Formats: sequence, structure tokens, C-alpha cells
Amino acid sequence: MSILVDKNTKLVVQGMTGSVGKFHTEQMLGYGTKVVAGVTPGRGGQSFMDVPVFNTMREAVKQTGANASCIFVPPPFAADAILEAVDAEVPLVVTITEGIPVMDMIKVRRVLDSQHKTRLIGPNCPGVITPDQCKIGIMPGHVHKAGRIGVVSKSGTLTYEAVGQLTALGIGQSTAVGIGGDPINGTDFIEILKLFNDDPGTDGVILIGEIGGNAEEQAAAWIKESFRKPVAGFIAGRTAPPGKRMGHAGAIISGGKGTADAKITALEDAGVKVAPTPSDMGTTLQSLL
Amino acid sequence: MNIHEYQAKELYRKYGIPVPRGIACMSVEEATAAAKELIEETGNEVVVVKAQIHAGGRGKAGGVKVVKGVKAATEAATDILGKTLVTHQTGPEGKVVQRLLVEQGLAIKSELYLALVVDREASRVAIMASTEGGMDIEEVAARTPERIYTVHIDPAVGLQGYQTRQLAFALGLSKQEQKGFGKLLSGLARLFIDEDCSIAEINPLILTEDERVIALDAKVNFDSNADFRHEAYWSSVRDLTEEAPTETEAKEAGLSYIQLDGNIGCLVNGAGLAMSTMDTIKYYGGEPANFLDVGGGASQEAVTKAFKIILQSTAVKGIFVNIFGGIMRCDTIANGVVAATKELGLEVPLVVRLEGTKVEAGRKILDESGLAITSASTMAEGAQKIVELAKG
Repeated sequence: MSILVDKNTKLVVQGMTGSVGKFHTEQMLGYGTKVVAGVTPGRGGQSFMDVPVFNTMREAVKQTGANASCIFVPPPFAADAILEAVDAEVPLVVTITEGIPVMDMIKVRRVLDSQHKTRLIGPNCPGVITPDQCKIGIMPGHVHKAGRIGVVSKSGTLTYEAVGQLTALGIGQSTAVGIGGDPINGTDFIEILKLFNDDPGTDGVILIGEIGGNAEEQAAAWIKESFRKPVAGFIAGRTAPPGKRMGHAGAIISGGKGTADAKITALEDAGVKVAPTPSDMGTTLQSLL
Repeated sequence: MNIHEYQAKELYRKYGIPVPRGIACMSVEEATAAAKELIEETGNEVVVVKAQIHAGGRGKAGGVKVVKGVKAATEAATDILGKTLVTHQTGPEGKVVQRLLVEQGLAIKSELYLALVVDREASRVAIMASTEGGMDIEEVAARTPERIYTVHIDPAVGLQGYQTRQLAFALGLSKQEQKGFGKLLSGLARLFIDEDCSIAEINPLILTEDERVIALDAKVNFDSNADFRHEAYWSSVRDLTEEAPTETEAKEAGLSYIQLDGNIGCLVNGAGLAMSTMDTIKYYGGEPANFLDVGGGASQEAVTKAFKIILQSTAVKGIFVNIFGGIMRCDTIANGVVAATKELGLEVPLVVRLEGTKVEAGRKILDESGLAITSASTMAEGAQKIVELAKG
């Protein structure tokens, strides 16, 4: 079993004909993902790697029955692309685009909160993968291995790091989800943890957070109350100076809030075993099984 | 992105937000002329000379002076201009004052606090107001959180009248003051959204003896992701002397770089991995010299640039390259590293850990380069090695 995506997922790629879109569409097809459509306004009727391109999302969904979307549209047009996917009632929208203005995401969130058909993952994330079944996003497929551990993370490369360590230890993954490092995103830790909690194919979870905001503290509180499986954690940015934005728009300690130490304390208090260094994420999880 | 107070006040004026009459100055002569002009115009001898730097806490550091008369204003300008101000936001090295704002003095009845920020938890813009103006708001939040009143703007309908009234009554404003506050707040809300701000803060917001509401200070911070919407205006107000030159250089190459105090240079892909590389170096007793995320789509040129920035820092006694290639290909990184060292040489130890996309090609390029490279198979191993090697 898995969460969010599996071998029945049919993907439409928004922004498929751009250079990034093309490269990753090819990679996803190569991994075995069922890419059934692309959308680029004005390119309807064309195709790329035998995948038909449509002008609008409504058309693409109607013609192909796509039930997930992956967005590679540049920042100025990304919010519009997300809203078009919501309008087309696509159940899962994964937004890879980095650098979407916060004001645009505030509007997107307002629309997302007023409906129940679409879930957004990201933006500014590596995507979602269920090994050997479906890869939506930009993660290196070959480091993954099918199995029973869930991974949820704000950081792309740290997800690869965790997955790579698990695979090296012979521990496979049910699904790995990057939720993104932006201050306002579509899906938070808790929503993904709920899915892992209910997934009979997931035995334990690695949760990777970073400085800024309080999503990790909220996740810790929820884990303490409701999560029934072992969790290993890691928080990036323990040594980051306050007031400096560490790459991700959301990764900033401001007003003494969002520090790594506060997050680690909250997670430990919830029974999460926190890895001392990022190289220990895999072995920390292993010690809980 | 930050701008100066005088620039923020110009923007406030555009949105109908009352600010004191003031003139920005680059020299003592200009400040003298400005003081003279303001005194003649307002008939009030009191003027305020304010240092313009991208940091708060200027008053405590001696960067703001309330004086009487032109002569005193000249003295204050002479004292502040060129001075290095050290505040809680500048770091220990402080910031040199290169610009001044000279403003009219006002008869202050009381000081309030007003700010708009993006509230991550609510996914909306929050308006925070407090009767505790002129103080460090973080201290107010810690000590007397009940004195901070908050409302959120619904993006579907915008700021509503009842929200403004809630805040106005909480602040105890008179009927006349409520009118001024309502106009000011609706202007500030429009400014915040239309100009893509991440912070717009007025501390203090003052009430005058004649019941006017005026922004005595003004802070504005823009969301740099929205630069494509404001290119012309933002480049006109950007003060490059307020930013670390290497950080600016890196930004232009599409890199995310932050200078730190240590001696181990880091080149990493991904913000999370870059942060935890710093953490791991510290864990093994070293000190990182920088945060550097080359990002996912960086070209070989950008990687070369990144490595050059690290090589050029005299503080750097060792370099750690830590890559887990996803979109970023290891061969691109290897080529960039080799190109940069060809140009500038390599005089400090270099530890490289490559993993992920095109890892074999990347390792081959480094092996064949003839560079003295210590390789590592994990982040922890790499960090331990570079900490040891950097000790010399």
C-alpha cells in the first residue's frame, strides 16, 4: 500500500513543453509513471514523447481521465496554473515551482480551503513518490526502494538523503512526500501523517523539518495525541543565525520563534527519536523497528 | 528585500498614509538646508535627525536625535553621518550611516504600534496593533501579549470596516482619531498587498495633541519572490551598500549565499541539505564560513561562480562540497569545481561528497582533474574530515 499515488495514478503535466517540464516528463515516464497528458496554453494538439498536449486543464482531464497534476510553470504564472487544476477538480496537484510570491499563495490557499476535491502538495517541493509505482516530481528515482516506511519532509535534498540511507540499510519506502519549504503551502505535516497513520502499508515514518514557522511543533502535538507508529525525526538549521533566510522562503528564525531547538524539544516530548546529525536519519529509524 | 525609512515614507504618502514632513539627505550641508527649510515651513524649531540604515534599534544606538534649531541640527547630522551604528539587528560589526532623514518635530500625545505581516499559520495577512508603541514589540508579545490586538485580512473580501473598528476601540481612540486611523489602515492594507510586502511596520504610530494619527516611523520589507512584478521600482530603491557584496554577487548568479563567521566553506545543493551541512560541521567541532545553496537548476557557470566566491574568501581554511544530485547533476558540480580551481588555484583542503544523479561521471571528472581532493561517502564522514583538515 501507499499514500497519495500508486500504479493507477494518471498524471497530467502542466508546463510540459518547457525545458524543465520536458526533462522531468521524460524522467517520470522512464520511471514508469503513467503520464497521460500535458497542458501548455497554445500548444493543444501537439504531443511530446507520444503524450498529447492540451490547451486547458478541463480539456486534458476530460479527454484522458487524469487524476493527478504536476506543475512546472514559472512563478509568475504558477498560482494561475494551480487554480486551473483546482477548477478542473484534479484530486492531487503537486507543484514543483520555486519562488511563487506569498501574496499569490494566500489567494490559492483561500480557494483550496473553500473546496474539498483537490489536495495541493508544495509548492517549492521535490514531489511525491511511491517506489516502483509512480513518481511525480524531480527526485532521483533510483535511490528509492519499495517498502514500508513513510517519509515526509520540507526539504528536497534531505528527503533524498533520508531515502538513500534507508535504501542502503535495506529498508524500503511506502511513499516519500516533500511538502515544500515555503511559508504558505498546500499540505502540512499533520495531513500527511494522518494518511500514513491510516495506511496499512506504512510501519513507521521519518519526519524532516527545518527552522521557521511552527508546523513541526504542531505535528509533534498531533503525534503525541494520535499517531500510532514509530517516528524518527530531523530538524535542519540548528546553527542558523536568526533573521537570515536560509534559502527557503520559510526557513527563517524571526522574533525568537521557529528555532531548531524548540522543534527538537517538541518532537522528543512527543516520543519522536530525533537524529543527532542528518547522516543518522536512517539508523535512527532502524533502531525503532 | 529591505528599503530605507525615508523610501518607505515616500511609499506611504503615495497610499495616503500621513507621515511627518521630511527630507532625505546625503551630506551635512543638505541636512542643514533641510532643517532650515522645515523650520521656516512649519514655524517649529524642533527637528529630528535620523540615521538611515537597514536595521532597527537606531534610537538606542544614538542614530536618532531630536534637536532645536538649525545649528543643533547641523551638529547632530555631523555626529551621525559616517558613524558606525551597532544595534541588535546589525551584528557586532555594525553599519555605517550614509544617509539621513531630517523631519519636522511633532507634539506627541501617545505612541501606538501597528504592523502588517504574513501569518503563516493563518495563511493570511495579519494586522497587529498595540497601545505599547515605541517599544520592542517582541518584548511586548512576551510580557503583555493581551495588549496586542490582531485581525486577519480575508483575501476574498479585503479589510472590512468592522475589523478597523475592533482595532480602533481596542486602542481607545477618540472619534476624530478613529477617522484618521481608518484611512491610514486601509491605505496600509492596500500598500501591503499591491506592493507585495512581507512586513509593513509603524513603530511608533503617534497620536498628536490635535488628534491626528501619523506614522512617525516606517518599515517596509518586500517579498523578493515577487520581484518580477516590481522590477523598475524595486531596483530604484535598492541600496546595494546595505547588502554584503558577496551575497549580492551570488544572488545575481541565482545562488543563495549567506556569509557566516567560521572558516569552512560549504557548497551544497538544496536549502535543507545546506543548513544541515552547516549543522554537521558544527556538530564535529568546526565553524562554517557560509551557507550556500546552488539550487537545483544551476548551470556549470553558476557552480563555478559559487566555488570562486568561496575560494576568494580569505577566512576559508577548508572547503566541503556536499551534493545529493536530484535535478542537480554531479558532473555539472564537478566541472564547475574544476573550472574555478583552474582559474584561482586551490590552496586549502577540499573534501567532496557526491551522491545521486550522474555520480559516476562526477567522480571521474574530479579524479582526472589532478586536484588534491579528499573524498567522503557520507555527509558525516565529509564533515569530520574537513574539520580535521581545516585545523591545519
